[in-house]
Amino acid sequence: MPSIPILEERQAQIHRKGSAPFEMTCGKHSLAGSVSQRACVFCGSRVVLYPIADALHLIHGPIGCAAYTWDIRGALSSGPELHRMSFSTDLREKDVIFGGEKKLAAALDELIDQYQPKAAFVYSTCIVGIIGDDVAAVCRKAEKEKGIPVLPVHSEGFKGTKKDGYKAACDALFKLVGTGSTADITPVSINILGEFNIGGEAWLIKKYYEEMGIPVVSIMTGDGRVDQIRRSHGAALNVVQCSGALTFLADMMQETYGIPYIRASYFGIDDMAKALYDVADHFETHPAIMARTREIVRREVETIMPEINRIRRDLAGKRAAIYVGGAFKAFSLIKALRYLGMTVVLVGSQTGNDSDYATLRDMCDDGTIILDDANPLELSKYIIEKQADLFIGGVKERPIAFKMGIGFCDHNHERKIPLAGFAGMLQFAREVHTSVTSPVWQFVPTRAAVG
Amino acid sequence: MKSAMRTDYYTATQNACNLCAPLGAALVFKGIANTVPLLHGSQGCSTYIRRYMISHFKEPLDIACSNFGEETAIFGGGANLKIAIDNIRKQYCPDLIGIATTCLSETIGDDVPMFIKAYQNGCRDEDLPALVHVSTPSYQGTHMQGFHGAVRALVATLAETASVEGPLSVNLFPGMVSPSDLRQLKEMVAAFDLEAILVPDYSETLNGPLWTEYQPIPQGGTPVAALRRTGGAAASIECGLVLSGEKETAGTWLEDHCGVPLHRLGLPIGIGASDLFFASLAAISGQPIPGKYTAQRGRLLDALVDGHKHFNGVKAALFGEEDLVAGLAAFCGELGIIPVLCATGGGNGRFVQTVQSVVPERYHDQMQILEDSDFVTIEKTLEALAPDLLIGHSKGFTMSRRLQRPLIRVGFPVHDRVDGSRMLHLGYRGAQQLFDRIANTLIEEKQKKNHVGYTYY
Ligand code: SF4
Ligand code: SF4
Repeated sequence: MPSIPILEERQAQIHRKGSAPFEMTCGKHSLAGSVSQRACVFCGSRVVLYPIADALHLIHGPIGCAAYTWDIRGALSSGPELHRMSFSTDLREKDVIFGGEKKLAAALDELIDQYQPKAAFVYSTCIVGIIGDDVAAVCRKAEKEKGIPVLPVHSEGFKGTKKDGYKAACDALFKLVGTGSTADITPVSINILGEFNIGGEAWLIKKYYEEMGIPVVSIMTGDGRVDQIRRSHGAALNVVQCSGALTFLADMMQETYGIPYIRASYFGIDDMAKALYDVADHFETHPAIMARTREIVRREVETIMPEINRIRRDLAGKRAAIYVGGAFKAFSLIKALRYLGMTVVLVGSQTGNDSDYATLRDMCDDGTIILDDANPLELSKYIIEKQADLFIGGVKERPIAFKMGIGFCDHNHERKIPLAGFAGMLQFAREVHTSVTSPVWQFVPTRAAVG
Repeated sequence: MKSAMRTDYYTATQNACNLCAPLGAALVFKGIANTVPLLHGSQGCSTYIRRYMISHFKEPLDIACSNFGEETAIFGGGANLKIAIDNIRKQYCPDLIGIATTCLSETIGDDVPMFIKAYQNGCRDEDLPALVHVSTPSYQGTHMQGFHGAVRALVATLAETASVEGPLSVNLFPGMVSPSDLRQLKEMVAAFDLEAILVPDYSETLNGPLWTEYQPIPQGGTPVAALRRTGGAAASIECGLVLSGEKETAGTWLEDHCGVPLHRLGLPIGIGASDLFFASLAAISGQPIPGKYTAQRGRLLDALVDGHKHFNGVKAALFGEEDLVAGLAAFCGELGIIPVLCATGGGNGRFVQTVQSVVPERYHDQMQILEDSDFVTIEKTLEALAPDLLIGHSKGFTMSRRLQRPLIRVGFPVHDRVDGSRMLHLGYRGAQQLFDRIANTLIEEKQKKNHVGYTYY
């Protein structure tokens, strides 16, 4: 096999556990000419705000940025579905020359009248930052005229990374927080942050908390509603899913409203149980909550264990590779895969930071490859070298795995099934099992060669 | 008949029925052997475009990016482009790098041809890959403009006039069709003892077998050497009736600069258009139409007669890429299907006229033709038109669900079926497959609605 060259500049973002002192570079802008799996600032903002179902999401820019993000996520809504529409100012040459403000104003006017949203988010894409539109001013004017919040999201794609996009989205959300009435919110209550209701995951999680006796004031942003966000400052605690996307908002809410936050992950049995126990601990003055939590965990685990155990027998000793957006998800996935008896041979993320990678190193076995902002060449080089049986990633990683005859599990926003929660863990196990145990691998040339 | 171009300029686009220009260009570059597409702009565009195409083709699809940062946007993208080319050369050793601009680099006014020249001057002694640039600001055109622009750029950059030895060759510019279509086109041309120089040819690069070892650039595609020979071909065939109104295309370039005669045809969808295509090949090669194809045509006509009652008077809505819709409209007319709506997100101001010219006049007063349209407009229009079925790409599914009308998937993207790459639209076999799919769908609808549950139709 021809060796796949790794660019020198990329070496520092690749680490083989146990091979050298651990020093990884991360948080770097992607290297030009390298096919990064990352997206842009706008993508980060869009991911965070997308599930807010009764808001208008207007993408200010040429058509592509809107067309590619039309209805691409499995974020479910129990009511309105305005978030599944793709609205664009569709800038043309004339706008690029003379500015797009007029068109933006007209679009807002038209769309708000037509769809009667509870708020509007206006995303700036790359060229808006160049042609110098005063998006904030147009938004202010529309807000006054229409009587709903019209929030600019400063998400010009080139001005940073996806993380900056999370931040821009949180800034926009924070403008909503604190504008609604908190009258009937009880002192024992939480917001769920960083849960996007992919395949109905937020509903699962919310149900657990409510069964524990803790009302959920708002979910940001899964199955999101503007009015819930506006009153979210009335909650006693923010539970932040670790993706990091909503941490910025949690920080701002802590500072301004004194709401503490704890981190949670809902993937895998251990982390899911911990997420519930941690919240119960927080409300320790209500011992009944902890008692109920134990009951819920016991019941849920009992429900899924028989099948999980069956699945585990087939998966024992299989090798998995993980490449996901946020490093926190990788932590949970490592644990979940180990729970299923699998070994993790490669793990990487698009946006991890120093401490994330330190944690990863501590979690991983010797020889495991750790990658930051990897490109397809690197990913394929290492999944082949490590003879992975399964790859966990997003749509962009799937064909790499399949071409080389390796099983795949989609763990991105585009999937349709819930993988969070206890029920989600079972779904995850089934997904992995369905792929890894398929008889088609027997025909795959690479595997036939290895035997 | 009513037809409309969006006249009210100050209105938002709601659920676009087109994509942006660099997507088309990147797809073309994927069809050139040992080539890496490079988008000159910021990261998001290339990642989104990759994701979108991967969901359709289900193949690895590397598109590099020059990764603009904030400084780049201020000082220009020259330095980034150079680094990007350097890195691509190191990692992929390509024969060609296809550089398409994004809105960002266009807006800040990067002079890419100058950057390329400077790069080439800086590496005079090195064995450089061909560097082909196409300007693709999406505020000027859709993915189709990007597609055709890239085909033209390839030819204009590489074609050489020198006369060519060996078998007669034909330049074939098929437009944006499926890998299956491309394979079939090559077969058709080869059957006339002609060499097809297909630009682009992603029939293998985007629809290949499993790999035994990792391929940084998937095998297949039109070789760069073949692109150089386009200037010496016996003729060029350019498919697409809407495209044929365009003054500057690959075909016109070769005609103007190298004297290669140009045949401008519609996409060979349906009987009449396929007949014309075969007639052109016969004329260029001086050979009769091979028996294999007359047999295919014969079977198709036989099926048409057997099934004609299922079609006549049925109303269909067509949407998608302009030349595909025009081709399908013509085929519908041949079957007796009334294309009550023909809609595209692009069109270039030539769509309405083109569609009118291919559909029998007796249907015109029942038809609406929408150019530069979007899905919200299309759906609203369809509520009144009440078509029996929809023919278009996957993004029409939600609409088909709300309207409770079946959707026959064609073209790009097909994100919700497994066979987007393998769908056949062209030639007699393509017509046969379309015919079968449409007929079976109509029968299935009848069967579902009928309470008796007949097992024969
Ligand atoms: S900025 Fe232009 S090139 Fe990039 S995705 Fe948007 S429309 Fe396409
Ligand atoms: S134009 Fe900018 S915002 Fe839009 S997709 Fe490209 S990088 Fe992202």
